[in-house]
Amino acid sequence: MTVRKRVLTVFAEHAILIALGIMFLVPVVFVALTSVMNSGQTLTGALWPKPWEWSNYQRAFEKAPVASWFLNSLLYAGGSTLFMLVSSVPMAYVLARVRIRFANPIFFAVIVAMLLPPQVIQVPIYVLWAHLHLVGTLWPLVLPHLFGHAFSIFLLRQFFLTIPQEYTDAARIDGNGEWGILTRVMVPMAKPGIAAASIFMFFQSWNDYYGPLLYTSENPDNWPIAYGLASFHGTHSTDWGVIMAVTVLATLPVVVVFFFAQRVFVEGITLTGVKG
Amino acid sequence: MTSTRSLPRPSVAKPRPAMRTRSLLASRLPVWSMMILGLIGLAVFFLYPLLANLYFSFTNYDLAGAPHWTGLRNYVYLFTQDSRVGKAALNTLWFVVILVPVRMVFSLGIGLLLSRRKTARGFWRTVFYLPALVPPVASVVGFVFLFNPGTGPINAVLRHLGITGPLWFNDPALSKPSLLLLGLWMAGDVMVIFLAALLDVPKDQYEACELDGANGWQRLRFVTLPNIRPVLLFSAVTGVIAALQYFTEAAVASMIANGKTGIDAGTDQLLGYPDDSLLTYTQWMYVQGFNSFQLGYASTMAVVLFLIAAAVMAVLLRRAGLFTKAQG
Repeated sequence: MTVRKRVLTVFAEHAILIALGIMFLVPVVFVALTSVMNSGQTLTGALWPKPWEWSNYQRAFEKAPVASWFLNSLLYAGGSTLFMLVSSVPMAYVLARVRIRFANPIFFAVIVAMLLPPQVIQVPIYVLWAHLHLVGTLWPLVLPHLFGHAFSIFLLRQFFLTIPQEYTDAARIDGNGEWGILTRVMVPMAKPGIAAASIFMFFQSWNDYYGPLLYTSENPDNWPIAYGLASFHGTHSTDWGVIMAVTVLATLPVVVVFFFAQRVFVEGITLTGVKG
Repeated sequence: MTSTRSLPRPSVAKPRPAMRTRSLLASRLPVWSMMILGLIGLAVFFLYPLLANLYFSFTNYDLAGAPHWTGLRNYVYLFTQDSRVGKAALNTLWFVVILVPVRMVFSLGIGLLLSRRKTARGFWRTVFYLPALVPPVASVVGFVFLFNPGTGPINAVLRHLGITGPLWFNDPALSKPSLLLLGLWMAGDVMVIFLAALLDVPKDQYEACELDGANGWQRLRFVTLPNIRPVLLFSAVTGVIAALQYFTEAAVASMIANGKTGIDAGTDQLLGYPDDSLLTYTQWMYVQGFNSFQLGYASTMAVVLFLIAAAVMAVLLRRAGLFTKAQG
């Protein structure tokens, strides 16, 4: 390649990257700007707020129980994450390190449960919760995680596999049982993996719409923010400024957590992309 | 810390079978105690519903009474009489055959661009990845507002340029392509995986390629793609399975673009707006199962979905033998 051609290629690549980057940021910027416009402005296709209507954020809390939606999202996401850790860390350890009978069929079931669309088994599970009179509460969303979360088990197992076997062996020679090896050796060494699994679980629950639609739509007291946001529009259909303010509020926690845990996050997602 | 474990027992010449079983049980107890919650979960929230769903699919069941056996009637209705299920399946098919490959090619393109950057790669990765984290409901609400034909900023910008903007989410012909744009904006999760795989391709293979005088296209075709094949396969399969259950983006886009909301207020009319163009298979299943409480029929739809998803999964599990083995 001639020098001239090389320079041109680098230049073109940069131009494409910058153009794409702007296209990716434009929606965020527009939504953020609209969240501080008054309702008249949002209906005229204005691109810049004038005046800056910061009271939209205050009005969001007045017009809808946004605080309660946040609390429910915290309960849903926090509870799921806690339960997932209790159930899935030990199971992932066994699947990664202990020779047991039926290991292959169990792992196969975990993989299939992870990949299968949840709708395939939705009806009987709904019937189960209906018989327990728990439809309308957050329990059907949170409690199943106390009994293993397939994706987390898979992710954690992949992470445990990267820890050298020698550490496990040494701990065993020192007289540790399986629980001792797990709590004293594996968990401290797998902290990044456990953090990644926790963040994924938290975000998935925070962002979930289908679950709350299925189980809590009949009871507005138990709506999480993702479900509340989708329903907010109907009652305030022209007040785009306030709607965008709620949109920003729903997104903010996720973005903040991401910036604090970016490295852990990207490592985790890469691990899910298959390395046997 | 003191170990609670006792010292090794003096070996007994001939342990009786009963005793050996008991000591074996005792030594395996911690392992099974680690698995017990997960195993209960697999039984109660996976195997049981899979079987119960199959049974329900042959019944008429509305939660009020017991399931009433009706044989193949639900299946006959699904394949010959339900006019909206066909439409819904075709819409879902659109997302499978258009959204998935376009998203993959787009992500691969960005991944390739970033893998060639030596500076500020982390910054760009964040820019392209961040939208994938935004709650899908928030993304859809934002996009429907931005692409709002009359008052949205996108058409306002187009007006400034002298172009009459289309109706986007309100046009049956453009509603799915509008969701495709949203899908590309949210493609960062695929991009991050591709980028990691691209950075893992051995450098010497590129150098050998260069010596042979290969051009850029040949380098991609004979070095890059073969190296990242497992990642491409994995992401294709998970992408197809995700598209098969496409629900949230379509349902929320319909509601917001329609200007109405409340999935329980006349859901039949609301879902799929405009003109059933966004009615997907899982949405129709939701309406049948949890609005009309035709749980038997919803189970039948679930069985059909299961068969399709299982066929797609089989491709992955057969190719990646590693996946199905717990050890080794």
